Amino acid sequence: MTIAAHPPGLSDVAPGRLDEASVSVNFADLHPPLARHEAKVEAERCYFCFDAPCQKACPTSIDIPLFIRQIAADNRYGAARTIFDANIMGGMCARVCPTETLCEEACVREAAEGKPVTIGLLQRYATDPAIAAGKSPYARGAPTGRRAAIVGAGPAGLACAHALAIAGIESTIFEAHPKAGGLNEYGIAAYKAIDGFAAKEAAFILSIGGIEVRYGAALGRDVKFDDLRRDYDAVFLGTGLGATNKLGLAREGELENVVDAVDYIARLRQAEDLTKLPVGRRVVVIGGGMTAIDIAVQSKKLGAQNVTIVYRRGADKMKASRFERELAQTSGVVIRTWARPVSLEGHGDALSGVVFEDTHERDGVLASPGSVFRIEADMLFTAIGQRGALDALDGAPIDVKDGRIVVDAERRTSLEGVWAGGDCVLGGEDLTVSAVEDGKQAARSIAAALGVARI
Amino acid sequence: MADLRTNFLGVKSPNPFWLASAPPTDRKVNVERAFRAGWGGVVWKTLGEAGPPIVNVSGARYGAIHGPDRRLIALNNIELITDRDLEINLQEIKEVKRAWRDRALIVSLMVPCDEDSWKAILARVEETDCDGVELNFGCPHGMSERGMGSAVGQVPEYVEMVARWCKAHTRMPVIVKLTPNITDIKNPARAAKNGGADAVSLINTINSIMAIDLDSMTPDVAIDGKGTHGGMCGPAVKPIALAMVAEIARDRECAGLPISAIGGITTWRDAAEFIALGAGTAQVCTAAMTYGFKIVEEMISGLSSFMDAKGYARIDDFRGRAVPSITDWQNLNLNFVVKAEIDQDLCIKCGRCHIVCEDTSHQAIFAHVNGKRRFVVNDAECVGCNLCALVCPVEGCITLVHKTAGVDPRTGLDYARPAANWTTHPNNPSVQKAAE
Repeated sequence: MTIAAHPPGLSDVAPGRLDEASVSVNFADLHPPLARHEAKVEAERCYFCFDAPCQKACPTSIDIPLFIRQIAADNRYGAARTIFDANIMGGMCARVCPTETLCEEACVREAAEGKPVTIGLLQRYATDPAIAAGKSPYARGAPTGRRAAIVGAGPAGLACAHALAIAGIESTIFEAHPKAGGLNEYGIAAYKAIDGFAAKEAAFILSIGGIEVRYGAALGRDVKFDDLRRDYDAVFLGTGLGATNKLGLAREGELENVVDAVDYIARLRQAEDLTKLPVGRRVVVIGGGMTAIDIAVQSKKLGAQNVTIVYRRGADKMKASRFERELAQTSGVVIRTWARPVSLEGHGDALSGVVFEDTHERDGVLASPGSVFRIEADMLFTAIGQRGALDALDGAPIDVKDGRIVVDAERRTSLEGVWAGGDCVLGGEDLTVSAVEDGKQAARSIAAALGVARI
Repeated sequence: MADLRTNFLGVKSPNPFWLASAPPTDRKVNVERAFRAGWGGVVWKTLGEAGPPIVNVSGARYGAIHGPDRRLIALNNIELITDRDLEINLQEIKEVKRAWRDRALIVSLMVPCDEDSWKAILARVEETDCDGVELNFGCPHGMSERGMGSAVGQVPEYVEMVARWCKAHTRMPVIVKLTPNITDIKNPARAAKNGGADAVSLINTINSIMAIDLDSMTPDVAIDGKGTHGGMCGPAVKPIALAMVAEIARDRECAGLPISAIGGITTWRDAAEFIALGAGTAQVCTAAMTYGFKIVEEMISGLSSFMDAKGYARIDDFRGRAVPSITDWQNLNLNFVVKAEIDQDLCIKCGRCHIVCEDTSHQAIFAHVNGKRRFVVNDAECVGCNLCALVCPVEGCITLVHKTAGVDPRTGLDYARPAANWTTHPNNPSVQKAAE
């Protein structure tokens, strides 16, 4: 691949650093799907463990040994059903789950030989045809006359709505964005869900019927929380997270090319032509989570020459898994740990560099010995976390802690008739799979609360 | 370096690995390729009587069972005896034998069940200077419908009769190839011996339909919508062959009857196991049809290494060594107690030992110890059946330990008790009767 030279000025942020062919290769499927023979061979590696540790490690408790055995026995549709029974978003989870810290870490073959069964790839093999067919394999339950309002068409909201539909509870999803899927559609790295998979999966889920989605309807702006509580039998909040955290440095809001990673990724995910998306030649990313990795890797794939992630603590404290960190490193991203930004430097209105100070930890407290260094940067991405977006709740008396909604095991909030799940609740893991589990559990609880047969 | 040379019925070969009578030995070009690859001998694909050639199907003649990754577990076939002209075969046999004096060349035969037919073919075969003949009383498909192959092998009287004819009409060694599609393999083996046969070879293929195609609702493989049973061979049949070879090897009436072993021999180890049961040569077909002739190199090297490691200079040094250990159930020591033991360092905690014991055996493996996932044998329930060790994915993790000291918590009896078997057991009705 060739990196186009863009000489004008000191700040080099430009689209089209790579030609279309290179970008297309860069953004191809991160893990190509298994072919039938590969899948069968891999499936045969599964030991069909008793009380399987992988299943216990799955937040949605998918019966992994069973679906893998179904693959081995040429029953791909049955395997898909086993997965969807526990996790209707099994297709996306197959792509984005940090399996290396969940099911595959628990796989006894990991302990035995360091080579777990590739559960994620097998799950994708099982679910792909069903989702490609575009039709939920479940029948909508006979309408019970009960209705639920769901805020947010992300993984939690969609999973909740689908489970409610099976129970015969109609739902209306209020979604601020023009598309369903939440972070699947707007957030996760493009190369993890290519060819519009998030949209296909959302359509697959919605195909069960009994779910109305009102796009462009934001809670607080277009629809009031109190109205939802009044007009529906149950309310499920799957609003995700809101505002991103700021560095709190001078000129952070003024300098050009200091960009919120979440916003940029949303643009990237919706871009029709990635060669038209401007990216810096020298990119610095601040943060240690998945968003930091995703923005760094995708910057590199767009053609950025030097990409550096800077994280204030050691690699072991980064929320990004080792697999993700290695993905960044093998993509050419440099990860610098034990440093935090102290000032932004500009040339005119545009960013020209970031000054960092070294850090270390004393008695659990982050401190700095006083040494500083500077990294030349045309573009700075901040990826230091998001806060809850609870303003839209109109000050309703709902228990909140650390900017997140408090829920019980059934995902009930402190407010009667209101359930919540996904990233907006406290204690979540900010994973698609956890959000799906929240939606599923909440739907069960809602059905029980409304006197509808168990689902 | 071990000496692998074999002398079977006076027929010498540089090693005990012979290609069995089958498609790989149907023509000169194949046989010479095999000899160049290192095979010690060949049993030429079965010849029939003179006359119009045999007609084979033009559809698929082989079926298979595959393991994971398409490993061939078993093969079956509905091919008939050679479909080439008798004269061509005889000419080629003669040429090959002349060119390969140091290799064994046996000719397999199958003709109608009358003395003249056998007499006629034997006379022709003798002209080739081959080393011996093998009477194909085994093929279970096609030819058996015409009164040959296993149709003869299943009737001991016929086996004896034909063997006798053959011995009367040829100076060549006569090997009788047995079919396993019979209740007691000892009967045709004894018959062969009584008829004067010099040796038996076994097993031929096993009646089989490999699969049913659930789309076409026909056997898989079918020919124009119809299929028939074939003869199965390959790794899956080895245990059956071992059992049958052992039956003959330890049969008093068959004592001294040389055996050429056939049945799923794929590696040196398979061959060594048959030799340990008394076999003089090891015939191979499926392994060659799966991998080509080169596999004999592994067999020669492996057998040689094994013998060197064990200090066996010649094949006869270990031939038949395992035979005395094979007995009837009633002679097994019922006071010999083993218990399964799980090596916790090797255990990967898959739990299969637990669940199979719990669901299908004796509920003798705990799944948790002090609330933690840990698989431990409960000696008070363990009968030492070996199932857990067999299903454990980690080799050597579960072993059966012979208990010699203390009291068996399952039975309350001492571990150390003198050997005793069913023949003297108080629960044995015949023992009770004798006591009365």
